[in-house]
Amino acid sequence: MLRPRIVPCLLLKNGGLVKTVRFSNPKYVGDPINAVRIFNEKEVDELIVVDIDATAQGREPNYTLIANLAAECRMPLCYGGGVKTVEQVERIISLGVEKVALSAAVIMSPDLISEAAARVGSQSIVVVMDVKKSGLLRHYEIFTHNGNEGTGFDPVAFARRVEALGAGEVVLNTIDLDGEMKGYDLELISLVREAISLPMTVLGGAGNLKDIEDLICTFGIIGAAAGSLFVFKGKYRAVLINYPSRVERDALFLSQMSNS
Amino acid sequence: MITLVNYGLGNVNAFVNIYKQLNVPVTVAETADELAMAEKIILPGVGAFDWAMTRLNESEMRDCLDELVMVKKRPVLGVCVGMQMMAHRSDEGRLLGLGWIDAEVKRFDESGFSQKTQLPHMGWNDVRFGDSDSLFKGMTAPQFYFLHSYYFALKYPKSALAVTNYNGFFTSAVRSGNVFGTQFHPEKSHKWGIQLLKNFAEL
Repeated sequence: MLRPRIVPCLLLKNGGLVKTVRFSNPKYVGDPINAVRIFNEKEVDELIVVDIDATAQGREPNYTLIANLAAECRMPLCYGGGVKTVEQVERIISLGVEKVALSAAVIMSPDLISEAAARVGSQSIVVVMDVKKSGLLRHYEIFTHNGNEGTGFDPVAFARRVEALGAGEVVLNTIDLDGEMKGYDLELISLVREAISLPMTVLGGAGNLKDIEDLICTFGIIGAAAGSLFVFKGKYRAVLINYPSRVERDALFLSQMSNS
Repeated sequence: MITLVNYGLGNVNAFVNIYKQLNVPVTVAETADELAMAEKIILPGVGAFDWAMTRLNESEMRDCLDELVMVKKRPVLGVCVGMQMMAHRSDEGRLLGLGWIDAEVKRFDESGFSQKTQLPHMGWNDVRFGDSDSLFKGMTAPQFYFLHSYYFALKYPKSALAVTNYNGFFTSAVRSGNVFGTQFHPEKSHKWGIQLLKNFAEL
């Protein structure tokens, strides 16, 4: 049986790991290679690493760091941040990364998705949609550049478009819930889930394993990603890398199976 | 000694790191000269079928690889698209495959899928093996990481070493004489993947 994926999402800033709240106030949480080693020991399902400086500063991805992370990871790695061209996608895959996440660049030119998929295969092309409610009517809109630039794009319509262009996965991130640890935005997730048949990974809001269990109960096969949940412990948010054990994960999955 | 074929695709370093930890001698070949002495070969791969074939054909290692595998019968393990390249052809591309195994690569038929999430087949799934003497030695109920939309359709199903269920069973590992393949990524599958790579080294 294919299992839902539970995925830590790590943010890179100035070569270190940080965790944000609503995409602001980055707090240093440690060294990326060290974190990967701990996640290896915990046998995590997958990792997402996003360089949050790259696009904002208009610079290239840090290929040396990506190569080091990929070589260290004993689980699949998805890299995002500052990727704008097919050549960059190819180069990152050749460094040993399984999936490349595209965001701002595919808002500008969605055809990048099909061009990159022709080289590295659809299965390795991930589109990240950072979404928040905006305007008087509080409608969902995709933002880029760390949540600073509105795009006018509706996430449901854009998800359909990226699926048609050959993306292999959609990462749906809720900016308003980032770091809040109060649960996922199930309404938004359900809107996008109904629109496409691609694998989805959702991010933003997970505060405990119950949030992940609820997500899996509702949506079955899905990627449950989280940042704060896997790097902080306790109400004072002490930095402590953690991840559910295989026994805990099997228990979460059983609840899904009994539901389906 | 394990030799990784580095034609610019797939996670060569992840394999190298695992073999270093296992104290198994490992080397990376980027030219035909470096490949020529290989005793055991791993053909990794992440990418589209035609791109992978193009990169391998342009690497100038193709002839040497064919000779090592088909004439000298050296054990070889293809991973993901590296396995798919061992077939005659693929629905994903137009180029010919290596043709080492009588098989073709087909796209999963989504019309028969019952669940909402369809393709790619992405994540951790059970691998049910028949032969426990080679790649799966010492394992009970292993899970491996998959990331693909196409599967390896064997002409002779007896070459299947393991199967996996994704809206029906497909061949997730294969063996035909000295030629082995896994659709999943052992280099990214924690303890089970490490065991499988150790088993390949000890064949």
